[in-house]
Amino acid sequence: MFNIIGLGISLAFFWLSMSGHYTTFVLSLGAASVLFVVYLTRRMDFFDQDTFQFSIKWKHLGYWIWLGKEIFNANIAVAKVILSPKLKISPRMIEFKSSQKTELGLVIFANSITLTPGTVSVDIEDDKVIVHALNAELAEGVLNGEMDKKVTAVEGL
Amino acid sequence: MIDIIINSASAILMGAGSVFILIGALGLVRLPDFYTRMHAAGVTDTLGAELLLLGMMLQAGLSLVTLKLVLISLFIFFTSPTSTHAVANAARVMGLRTVSIPEDNLISKEKN
Repeated sequence: MFNIIGLGISLAFFWLSMSGHYTTFVLSLGAASVLFVVYLTRRMDFFDQDTFQFSIKWKHLGYWIWLGKEIFNANIAVAKVILSPKLKISPRMIEFKSSQKTELGLVIFANSITLTPGTVSVDIEDDKVIVHALNAELAEGVLNGEMDKKVTAVEGL
Repeated sequence: MIDIIINSASAILMGAGSVFILIGALGLVRLPDFYTRMHAAGVTDTLGAELLLLGMMLQAGLSLVTLKLVLISLFIFFTSPTSTHAVANAARVMGLRTVSIPEDNLISKEKN
């Protein structure tokens, strides 16, 4: 029940920030659409899963800042590879055994890998993530396990 | 004075974003196969798009527009890896091979 109210409030805030028109008619249309979406979400049994118990804490902010730095560095590395005249690439598929316990943690890990250019998570088999990497240096960014440890540290729900 | 600083900062950010998008486009042409081209597209998705949005936020100042731009950048961060993974996974399921991988390059490193 609490989740449903929370969803309604955040949807209302989202609608208000997107709209910019605050006449009675438009506002009532917004309220109707919020209620309809909440009803649909409830019908889909969305709240049974662990997705909605995810709350944002300070350590997540730290992870985002670290991830932003990683994304920046990887972008520079990939840009260098693309601009180098000889195109020094050695594309490879690598497997990495991840240590996350929940599905959500695994999704965060796989998405973080894909977000950093030069590495794309291609498949997930149980707890093994299969990653395509552009060269050995970028592959090492996944294989050294730093990102894996950080995601496991923030995953605790 | 403040205007000049903000305008030039936003110009630098947008210029850098455009350069990264150009690099991504160049990579799409230069790289040899599907999987490697995906990495070039990643440059466009992440740093290119985010730098452009950051430059636009500086132009918009503290307003509703900036809030919308922040939301757009968040959505890009959540949706772009998901769609990239979907496309890459489809290619793997279809059995698309990567170019020129020697056997000894296939590293498998076990943890724990």
